[in-house]
Amino acid sequence: MQRGKKIRVLVAKPGLDSHDRGAKIIARALRDAGMEVIYTGLRQTPQQIVETALQEDVDVIGLSILSGAHKTLFPRIIELLKQKDLTDVLVVAGGIIPEEDIPEMKKLGIKEIFGPGTPTDEIVQFVLKNTSKRA
Amino acid sequence: MLAGNRRSIARAITIIENDNTETQKLIASVYSHTGKAHIIGLTGPPGSGKSTLIEKIIREYRRKDKTVGVIAVDPTSPFTGGAFLGDRIRMQELSTDQGVFIRSMATRNYLGGIAKATKDAAKVLDAAGKDIVIVETVGAGQSEVEIIKVAKTIVVICAPGLGDEIQAIKAGIMEIGDIFVVNKADRENADKAVMDIEAILQLNNKERAWKPPVLKTVALTGEGVPQLIEKIEEHNRFLEKELERKRSREKAEAELVEAIKEKMATSIIEELRSKGKFEEFLQKILEKKIDPASAAEKLLKERFGKHIRKG
Repeated sequence: MQRGKKIRVLVAKPGLDSHDRGAKIIARALRDAGMEVIYTGLRQTPQQIVETALQEDVDVIGLSILSGAHKTLFPRIIELLKQKDLTDVLVVAGGIIPEEDIPEMKKLGIKEIFGPGTPTDEIVQFVLKNTSKRA
Repeated sequence: MLAGNRRSIARAITIIENDNTETQKLIASVYSHTGKAHIIGLTGPPGSGKSTLIEKIIREYRRKDKTVGVIAVDPTSPFTGGAFLGDRIRMQELSTDQGVFIRSMATRNYLGGIAKATKDAAKVLDAAGKDIVIVETVGAGQSEVEIIKVAKTIVVICAPGLGDEIQAIKAGIMEIGDIFVVNKADRENADKAVMDIEAILQLNNKERAWKPPVLKTVALTGEGVPQLIEKIEEHNRFLEKELERKRSREKAEAELVEAIKEKMATSIIEELRSKGKFEEFLQKILEKKIDPASAAEKLLKERFGKHIRKG
């Protein structure tokens, strides 16, 4: 790979989940697609996630959540991103998010939600397609 | 950025990483603000505890009210061009501290344990007013010595039981360390590791003014970290003294050259006056028969023969 722009992705696990197997699989798939994946480990607060996104100047944030607290944590993260003027960052999510919550999450500004069983390639393609416009 | 705006710092580092033509302009514009931070390089094999130790080092500096920037380098896959950057995991609690700025960086296939952008990124953090800048190299540790071009103080960290102690003899990394740390010192064989390193250093550094110390730490508990910071600061003071010594030498040299010039000129002029040569050429100059520079050249040629240098 040559020098030049690389897609930088933050894979983050907000809240109190106790395992991160799915997040690591996604991180691996994105890495293998040539992206630079920053992983921060479990139990991140919205503040930590947004501060990390800022310092790392990422193009994408991938949120993985299994605990069911997405309705509390995601709005907080989106709000903080707005406060820090990071609205050009593509935010996607995955994990256990009930079907009926998806419209609300998308309305918030989460661009796509990938449920269990999504082929990793589908996620990679989505990220590639939706980051091409950011300089 | 110079005011420490975090978004601007982050953006500047991205520009540097992408090797934009703007990098040069950027560095030129901040260069006069660099040189204030103490840049510390941390290197050592994978699993020796570099990231965990850095977290404790940051906390110790924060206790002393110092601001800290970190560049944590991890390898890029030579096959896919992608990278998994996981050094932050150990430092995440500090990510919201406004006095700390942590940036993960992939090598992008640059060799030597750092990325091509690392040096300039360190300059950015320096210019942005960070008191301390820590560069964590890729977890390798045999010939990953590029860090010497970036950092003032190099800390080499290892841990007991990572491999045969004879590994430590390998050239390169053993020669660049200013401070050696045996981490995970609560494990058995820690003292043996210290002794092994000390033995090798004795062979290495016979003529060096700075004798690299070997310290023990337990990064998980923070044990030994204040002593490590003290040594880092001692090394910094040593460097400053060295610099001062170098400057004093340069100053003394300049003074000596000046003094010789002055004395020589005075004695030569006196001699020329006493022989009447000075007056003779002075008249010629007044009569516009010769210009002063040519007159001086002629006079000196007569006095010293052909050895006089023109100009």
